[in-house]
Amino acid sequence: MGGERVRLFVKGQIQSYVRNRKVQTNHTSIIRIEGVQSAKETEFYLGKKLAFIYKAKTQKQGTYFRCIWGKVTRAHGNTGAVRAKFRKNLPPSSLGASVRVMLCPSRV
Amino acid sequence: AKQARKSSTRNSVLANGVRNLSRSAAYKASGRWNKKMTKKTTAPAKQAEAPAAKKAGKWYPTGTVQTPLPSNKANKAAARIRDSCKPGNVVIMLAGKYRGKRAVVVGTTESGLLVVSGPFKINGVPLRRVNQAYVIGTSTTVDVSKVDASKFNDAYFAKAKSAGHKKSEKEFFEGSEKKKEIPAARKADQAAVDKAVLGGIKDGLLK
Repeated sequence: MGGERVRLFVKGQIQSYVRNRKVQTNHTSIIRIEGVQSAKETEFYLGKKLAFIYKAKTQKQGTYFRCIWGKVTRAHGNTGAVRAKFRKNLPPSSLGASVRVMLCPSRV
Repeated sequence: AKQARKSSTRNSVLANGVRNLSRSAAYKASGRWNKKMTKKTTAPAKQAEAPAAKKAGKWYPTGTVQTPLPSNKANKAAARIRDSCKPGNVVIMLAGKYRGKRAVVVGTTESGLLVVSGPFKINGVPLRRVNQAYVIGTSTTVDVSKVDASKFNDAYFAKAKSAGHKKSEKEFFEGSEKKKEIPAARKADQAAVDKAVLGGIKDGLLK
């Protein structure tokens, strides 16, 4: 349609694991999705797949890039953050890193 | 024709699985206690005949015979298609080889998948099945009434089962390099569908 680059995902940032002051549950991460500022707005993103993409030193299947897939499970708090679970728990080095919030499975 | 009246209950749902009225209260509220029973005269006569007709068998099972549980497979409901993905709608592919491309929904399969076509000439999206979850439906529509989509079902798109071939040593070392050739029938179907779809696209939709 013109060769424009299309970004079929929304940018998100991995903020933290779900935790209280002293204890964190590593199986669930908190993601802040760009542009989502209230819990009501997160409804669109529930169930959407997440891709955490990172680089590794060795090539696997022809590429240095690797991915951990996950999905948005529920809202977190009142200001639009979202909880997510990944197939493998995210590594601690992912805190502050970006995650791709894909638009599928789409309910629109 | 006289349409059957839908019966409404006063027994609203309070929460998941919990109704407003108890069993006895629901019975009272439904008015079944007030219904006059009409005497059925023909039924008893039929019932008296049936057991007599059965012949006494030679062998009887010693215990209770286990009958298989009733299966619901025959009563499968038709797959639900979102309004935004109905045939004629333009749809945005979200994932897969054709992600980002817009295609026209030409039909649906019995399993609930959408049959989609670029048209091929315009954006290279062939006649393909797509899951609704991997697609954003738009409100833009194209007239696809001239397209005959009835032949595009799951069986049409099913992969041809390759006979389990045991590779000879030579093949094993050389490696199989089979280039997938698209059968001529597919190309013909594609051309036919595209012609009909292009006829339905109003000027201005095509960039």
